[in-house]
Amino acid sequence: MNMKLSSNLLNESPDCKRTRLSVTQVNLFYGDFQALRNITLEIPECAITAIIGPSGCGKSSFLRIFNRMNDLITGARVEGRVELDDIDIYDKSIDVVELRKRVGMVFQKPNPFPMSVFENVAFGPRRHERHGHNLGELEDIVERSLHQAALWDEVKDKLGQSALALSGGQQQRLCIARVLAVEPEVILMDEPCSALDPVATLKIEDLMRSLAEHYTIVIVTHNMQQAARVSDMAAFFMMEEDRAGVLVEYGPTSELFTNPKDKRTEDYITGRFG
Amino acid sequence: MRAGAVSKRQLSQRTAFSLLIVATIIVILPVLAIVIQIIVNGADAISLEFLTEAPSQAGKAGGILPAIVGTFYLMLGTIIVALPLGVMAGIYLTEYARDNWFTRAINLAIVNLAGVPSIVYGLFGLGVFVLLFHFGMSLLSASLTLACQALAMTVTTSREAILAVPREYREGSLAVGATRWQTIRHLVLPQASPGIITGAVLAMSRAAGETAPILVVGAAFLLPGLPQSPLDQFMALPYHLYTVAAHIPGMPKSTMWGVALVLLVVVLSFNVLATVIRLRARQRR
Repeated sequence: MNMKLSSNLLNESPDCKRTRLSVTQVNLFYGDFQALRNITLEIPECAITAIIGPSGCGKSSFLRIFNRMNDLITGARVEGRVELDDIDIYDKSIDVVELRKRVGMVFQKPNPFPMSVFENVAFGPRRHERHGHNLGELEDIVERSLHQAALWDEVKDKLGQSALALSGGQQQRLCIARVLAVEPEVILMDEPCSALDPVATLKIEDLMRSLAEHYTIVIVTHNMQQAARVSDMAAFFMMEEDRAGVLVEYGPTSELFTNPKDKRTEDYITGRFG
Repeated sequence: MRAGAVSKRQLSQRTAFSLLIVATIIVILPVLAIVIQIIVNGADAISLEFLTEAPSQAGKAGGILPAIVGTFYLMLGTIIVALPLGVMAGIYLTEYARDNWFTRAINLAIVNLAGVPSIVYGLFGLGVFVLLFHFGMSLLSASLTLACQALAMTVTTSREAILAVPREYREGSLAVGATRWQTIRHLVLPQASPGIITGAVLAMSRAAGETAPILVVGAAFLLPGLPQSPLDQFMALPYHLYTVAAHIPGMPKSTMWGVALVLLVVVLSFNVLATVIRLRARQRR
């Protein structure tokens, strides 16, 4: 069905998928400081795209371009074109709130709200209710989202308890459930496992693989193994002399890791720096 | 080994420790002395009659009910005006205002508002509320005057409480497509409310103790009954205390101390209330 070929890079991937997000010659500035320079890439739907690179190379800043989270920072400015399904998301007519409903985000540190498990998941749907969800509908949404986030069995008996009492890994899956509850199309993940132990990390990775069947996932990680394990596509970012992040190499994960085209990528993934 | 050096260090350690304890005791002594003195001298005056009747014979006999009620009305009137304004300004300054010279000027002004002498607020209230707005010498004028003074506190505590809500919560909320206002309304304010309420209660207790500002905008020494409308004059505990202590010859000592005791209990109980709210909020986390 979605066979519209759109990029040379994607032609090489075994199952060609439609481009979901496309970034064209994007520069990101914080005041006078340029954080990203001339980034161009296309992110396919229903796949996991990993953004890797050394600390401070602008990976997180890049991720936050897609849900315009950088807007919150005074002096942040994006040049170039960023498209979601061929719509320019930095166009003046774009409703940022609607955009963030379609492009959800999971953060580095699990950030459950200080309320019950149920209210955490119901938070988004409650805010968006136009015609007013009744409690039954909300319960359905919460249960569905928790199932999707592979958390239902662990919390089904404590939906009324404080989310802060959950373990770190459970909290992060709860945050994923909270995002899933508003039925986004794209899920951005900013080092979602960096605060978790290896077992919890594996659970999140399994979850990501199953979510990738229906969602477009972009993940920032500085864990090479994680990128290799979970992602379909991988983009390697680096800092230039003036500390601006640039895209060094982008392609199917298997190729980037086994047969990198750029010497810097090779050095990085073989652990020579970073 | 090297016992001399160690004991010298221990000696200076002990000296410093003792000094700090002595300093701490000196700090709390006056507070204790005041409280004890007021209780010892004022306890005799406290009776059901004292608390529930209007004064007679220029305050030498009867009770102080109108002053107690007047003080509570003042606190209420002050907070009804100062809390909503303070919270709204706090929200604007933390969540919406950009960090520019204008915002910084506002913040500076609020800090300085707290440093304005209270009698200046009184004169301001006299000029603006009593005369310009024709509210007259009244409970309304006094409440508005004290509210101006309390604003410095309610804005500052609201701002601090809102700033203390972690950025992660706001980001998490915005990331599921909540608007800014929804984030404030459903996430930030509930989290900040214990801090905001604590500030409000402290502002009320300070309003209860103010004498100078209300002196010129509507406090009366002797009134036969309670104020019937916001435009009536009123009695208040601190002003009553000032008058019975300074202006009425032959005033029984125990009456003066009794008024002071009641005022102290009102103010301290509000401070304790503020502390309880803060502690309970901390436990909940």
